Amino acid sequence: MSAKPVLSRRQLKRYVGKVAFLFLIVAILLFTVFPFYYAILTSFKSGSELFTVDYWIHSLNFGNYTSVLGQQSFLDSIWNSVLVSSMTVLIAMLLGVTAAYALGRVRFRGRGPILMIVLGVSMFPQVAVLSGLFEVIRAMNLYNNPWSLVFSYTIFTLPFTVWVLTTFMRQLPKELEEAAIVDGASPVVTLFKVFVPLMGPAMATTGLLAFIAAWNEFLFALTFTLTNDQRTVPVAIALITGGSQHELPWGTLMAASVIVTVPLIVLVLIFQRRIVSGLTAGAVKG
Amino acid sequence: MACVELKNITKTFGNEEIIHQIDLRVEDGEFVVFVGPSGCGKSTLLRLIAGLEEITDGTLEIDGEIVNELSPKERGVGMVFQSYALYPHMNVFENIAFGLKLGSGAGKEKIREWVQKTADVLQLGELLHRKPRELSGGQRQRVAIGRAMAREPRIMLFDEPLSNLDASLRVQMRNEIAKLHNRLQSTMIYVTHDQVEAMTLADKIVVLNKGHIEQVGSPFDLYENPESLFVAGFIGSPKMNLLPGTLAKPGADTSEVALDGIGPARCACDSSRLEAGATVTLGIRPEHLQLRKPGPDDTPLEVMNVEYLGNEAYVYLDVPGASQPLVVRQPVPCPVVPGQSLVPVISVDSAHLFDDNGQVLRRTRAPAANEVGDAQLEGAQG
Repeated sequence: MSAKPVLSRRQLKRYVGKVAFLFLIVAILLFTVFPFYYAILTSFKSGSELFTVDYWIHSLNFGNYTSVLGQQSFLDSIWNSVLVSSMTVLIAMLLGVTAAYALGRVRFRGRGPILMIVLGVSMFPQVAVLSGLFEVIRAMNLYNNPWSLVFSYTIFTLPFTVWVLTTFMRQLPKELEEAAIVDGASPVVTLFKVFVPLMGPAMATTGLLAFIAAWNEFLFALTFTLTNDQRTVPVAIALITGGSQHELPWGTLMAASVIVTVPLIVLVLIFQRRIVSGLTAGAVKG
Repeated sequence: MACVELKNITKTFGNEEIIHQIDLRVEDGEFVVFVGPSGCGKSTLLRLIAGLEEITDGTLEIDGEIVNELSPKERGVGMVFQSYALYPHMNVFENIAFGLKLGSGAGKEKIREWVQKTADVLQLGELLHRKPRELSGGQRQRVAIGRAMAREPRIMLFDEPLSNLDASLRVQMRNEIAKLHNRLQSTMIYVTHDQVEAMTLADKIVVLNKGHIEQVGSPFDLYENPESLFVAGFIGSPKMNLLPGTLAKPGADTSEVALDGIGPARCACDSSRLEAGATVTLGIRPEHLQLRKPGPDDTPLEVMNVEYLGNEAYVYLDVPGASQPLVVRQPVPCPVVPGQSLVPVISVDSAHLFDDNGQVLRRTRAPAANEVGDAQLEGAQG
């Protein structure tokens, strides 16, 4: 036969490639999103419905949500989480930016070793420092107080914050700093009036990651707090109990999980533009 | 406005000395240009004056006051950077006002007034609310100049401000900077590697080479009386032809030279301090060379290439044994074609002669700056 095949080899290859790629995307999406989707699904169910396997939301039943939000201790935990996470981010950003200025823009002896030590500190597992940190917090009289969590989270967030901000700080053109010096700006003014506005994207990224880490942290939150009104959300959720020892209130658990995850998603959506935008455009030759 | 005096200024980075004991005086209201090839230390010298680098040794005085330890602001300098270095998150108004707000403690009204005044001078009035990224290169450059001059500094410093602009804009900005200097009459120090910028802008040019001052003088002086081979080769475009040879007959008024690959030539230079047979270099600018057809006794040179530029043409002659061709400027239309054999004729009065240390042997018939002007004016009347 002299007629051409419908698809040439090359075309066939391209279509197969496209299909395989789509398949991969779907697989990854399913893998990452399904657990969360199933949590939402479960949060709308009640009673024995919980134990039937469904893949679509059949009815919106907000019972679980009202019961969760009706507990004063859960509202307290949300407030504690907000306080702890925002204070952690605020303190870490302030210390991180000032440290990054010194490590990124000022030449001094021992700059490299300091950066290495900072990185080294972040390598210890949480459990390793848990007992030591516990003693410190007892000594500081912060036990069963959200500020103990602000303190310990800041310690664990700072290395990452300092590293990312230092790297970013180094990329800012040297001439901007010199222009500020010629204009008569002190280092503090240069840092906060010239550099910080330009570091928006980096600070949004690191701040967001610090916020998420602090929001979801469990081990320290469990160890350093004792009473219901001082707990943060992850611990509160873990300690939600049902009517009897053998009953786990899945619906309530899932509703609580959804409630505490939504703020994070909203935050990411708000800040994603800032993360992407390149603010330095136009600073130097363009 | 102020005069600047550098005394024995030295700068070392680590073990390497970049600036070697420089002495220089910049008068009040003068436009001084530092020029030199890249790596000659001209930017470093400017940054030393600005206060962005620490002076290793020597003293820097502004208006008779030693300022070595003072910050740029205390020295009263304004600086324009090569990359503009505008604050990208501030609009033009804020960029210009930034230094004013920090320094003076002046009220908002006063600052607005100052910025407005600066903007009027630089024609930035309509751009005040734009961000730097919304401006063209020339506009950014003007904002950078505005930011530097708003505080009315005693000295304005320019670090290669035009090298990021395209050619036509560069000419335009060059004119604007010249106009600005005429209007403000402030002391300005300008760094460039472009000798055209240096020639057109400067009251006084400082030629730097490897951290030394080669020569200081007016553009006319540097062009007509370069003191060294380096300056001779650096100032002027296309470059001066530098022809090696030996001194055939020294003289106090005219010298005779045997040029390698070309033959005998005469020049109006005082070579009485040298012996016959000394190694010398004869410098002749392309416009001071003529071409003629070879006679029976001549050793002609072959034309390698002819560059036609519209208003003039450059003829490249191949000199046997030399690495550089001999460049001759010719009026257009130019009948010369590559492959032709021609004899270069050196204008005796316009040639320069250098000894084997690269030091000049004084020209005996060099024109004086005012003399040339008068001659041309008389010619125009006749």
